[in-house]
Amino acid sequence: MIENGTTQVNAAAAPAQKPKRPKPKSMQMLNEQTTALFENARLAKERGEKVGWSASIFPQEIAETLGLNVLYPENHSAGIAARHQADPFLQECEGPLGYSNDLCAYAKVNLAYASVLNNESEVELPDGGKMVKPDFLLLTNNICNQLTKWYENLAYQMNIPIFFIDTCYNPCDYVTETRVRYVRAQIDQLIKDLCAFTGKTWDDKRFKEVMKISQRNSYLWERANNLMDHKPAPLSGFELFNYMSAMVCNRGKISSTAVLEQLNQEIEEHIKEGNSTYPVKEEYRISWDGIACWPYLRHNLHTLKQYGINMVASSYGKAWAIEYEDLDGMARAYCFASTNGDNATTMISRRMEALKKFDCEGTIYHVNRSCKVMDCQMMEVQRQISAQAGIPFTSFDGDQADYRNYSEAQFETRIQGLVEVMKQNKEAKMNG
Amino acid sequence: MADLKSNIAFLQEACKNPRARLDYYLKQGKKVVGCFPVYTPEELIHASGMIPMGLWGGQTQLKLAKSYLPPFACPIMQSNMELGLSGAYQGLSAVIIPVLCDTFRCMTQNWRFGVPSIPMIPIVYPQNRKSPASVDYLISEYENVLTMLTTITGKMMNEKALAETIAIYNEHNAVMREFAKVANDHLDIVTPQVRHTVMKSAFFYEKSEHTAIVREIVEELKKLPAYQFTGKKVILTGITCEPDELLNIFTENHMAVVGDDLAQEMRQYRTDTPEKGGGGLKRLALQWNSRHGCSLIYEEGKPRGKMLVNLCKENGAGGVVTCMMKFCDPEEYDQPYFEADLREAGYPYLTIEIDQQNTSYEQIRTRIQTFSEMI
Repeated sequence: MIENGTTQVNAAAAPAQKPKRPKPKSMQMLNEQTTALFENARLAKERGEKVGWSASIFPQEIAETLGLNVLYPENHSAGIAARHQADPFLQECEGPLGYSNDLCAYAKVNLAYASVLNNESEVELPDGGKMVKPDFLLLTNNICNQLTKWYENLAYQMNIPIFFIDTCYNPCDYVTETRVRYVRAQIDQLIKDLCAFTGKTWDDKRFKEVMKISQRNSYLWERANNLMDHKPAPLSGFELFNYMSAMVCNRGKISSTAVLEQLNQEIEEHIKEGNSTYPVKEEYRISWDGIACWPYLRHNLHTLKQYGINMVASSYGKAWAIEYEDLDGMARAYCFASTNGDNATTMISRRMEALKKFDCEGTIYHVNRSCKVMDCQMMEVQRQISAQAGIPFTSFDGDQADYRNYSEAQFETRIQGLVEVMKQNKEAKMNG
Repeated sequence: MADLKSNIAFLQEACKNPRARLDYYLKQGKKVVGCFPVYTPEELIHASGMIPMGLWGGQTQLKLAKSYLPPFACPIMQSNMELGLSGAYQGLSAVIIPVLCDTFRCMTQNWRFGVPSIPMIPIVYPQNRKSPASVDYLISEYENVLTMLTTITGKMMNEKALAETIAIYNEHNAVMREFAKVANDHLDIVTPQVRHTVMKSAFFYEKSEHTAIVREIVEELKKLPAYQFTGKKVILTGITCEPDELLNIFTENHMAVVGDDLAQEMRQYRTDTPEKGGGGLKRLALQWNSRHGCSLIYEEGKPRGKMLVNLCKENGAGGVVTCMMKFCDPEEYDQPYFEADLREAGYPYLTIEIDQQNTSYEQIRTRIQTFSEMI
């Protein structure tokens, strides 16, 4: 009785909870798609079919054409980090498995998870092991070189083959033709090897269909991103991060077409009605540079919201808007997909285009401790972009998956500083 | 012919003062091209009639580099950037940066914008060496390097010169391997610091000049009776093991280095360029495809542990010291696996952190001392 009484008192004292906004239909569809991805992999495994793990900017269309079930460690690690479940995996990786804490936290979470699947570690899997043990790996290094080392280790640990496309860093402003020839030759060989390993047959007609779907999805994804140019932006920018799995894991699937068509439709409705899912008045429009700080997404959003800052452009999500028309085009497109694989000139021009298109008033750079390839030229990029665009920037220390590399106070102070400059700029602009 | 002591002293001087070596060649009217680590195609510079000179950082206070690199970037890249920004490398006609890890990707761009007075030439090595197309791709990268070298320096290469250069480099590889072998019979003279000096100094000499000096050292050593070393013998693995203060701790603890798998030292000398198989550029590409057991090159099967076990066996070493370059992710990914192989084979190992900017070695001293008691 007393317990009941206490509960009642507390309930009365607590502020009325804000009703939760119902999830949009596109998000429900996305969740169903994600569930299906893991469930299909599990069922395939049960049927004795071979299941793969893949780097996030691997030409997914190849696996899709062959009808293979493929899961994505980077995406999975991000999910674990966002749900605050990374700690035991990080501890396992840096402890018994003997890895340095300097390494990418996506890799660390995944290597520990793989170790559990391989019966070498005993961390409890919070998702019941839905990331089923792979029979092969699909690797590209357009995102970074760490992936090649990470996958080398996974392959050795689980005694499984790697099918690798080396996309080569681009120090030039374009993908040299010799790179296209090298990558194309690897794609041709990989298709043969993968067919031989999995017993599947390559069907050109099917590939053309998948390519068409993939192109449609890239168009829809880019379109959804581009609609953020409206004022106020129709969405809270962080929401677009959630839809990335449709492009990362399901780029060649019609289920993604359905999700993205629905998302585009919802955005258009917001524009038509002049409203936005961004919960407060949009005072400032900014671009976000770098991967999401998944363990603190809520804190990031909450802090930005206090000042009415909406992230209307990100450098990151659009890496999956990959456009091409044939296998040569695929080779070129995958070499040029991620700005991690491109020189600073390309990176800066893409960022400048976005800042202009979305009319950004500032940039937030995530100094992601996991990602040297993003951080080690960031300072020069900041200087050049700020000078060319004439807008302020700030940076903060964080991590894509390691919760230990972030300070809430630092983030808040840095944002406060950015707002002061953006405010002055705004006032100066208003006063002519 | 200089005596053993003088030859070692020459090389020590070169390592202590690489700037003097740069000035020496500049005074001769030579053009000098800086070579970032590792596996930079020095042969292309040499065959173009210029001097390749290694840039492996150094002990310097980091000030200017902080505007380009975060604190968790590789210390060699930090100090190379600092030395580039501060003007210490003035006189170089260009630098070549091989893109072998993520930090290297960024370094090409940092250098390009930060040190515009010394043009940057990138080379991106193929990592999927199982693909036959990797050879043609790498040849095209070499050709790009040659085009840029020609544009910047006005010096051109021809096939005959490249063939001669390759022979000079293969000869240098052979003499370095011979030195490593002969040194093990003279561990009283070839202390860890002297061994390192002979290895590292190669970056500051035209290769045939270095070959001549090392050959004299080898010949002089061979004349001496073998020394019965009673201390502990170890193998070093990693990117580098320096500076001298660190190497001298091994000597203080009666330890000798009898073999290494360091990127700055024997890793580069263990693979020759094939004598046949096509033109010079193709043969250089084939050499790249034959390199083995290096963290910076993609390779399935994690062969490094077994290689280290063999190195211990062949050289009678009692254990392995992992010289972990601070923030070097390729090395960090290899470590758990080669350590597991060493454990299985019964070889003890010790990890020490390598940071060029380190000023205190007390902790490392204690750890090396303890390790020497273990093996």
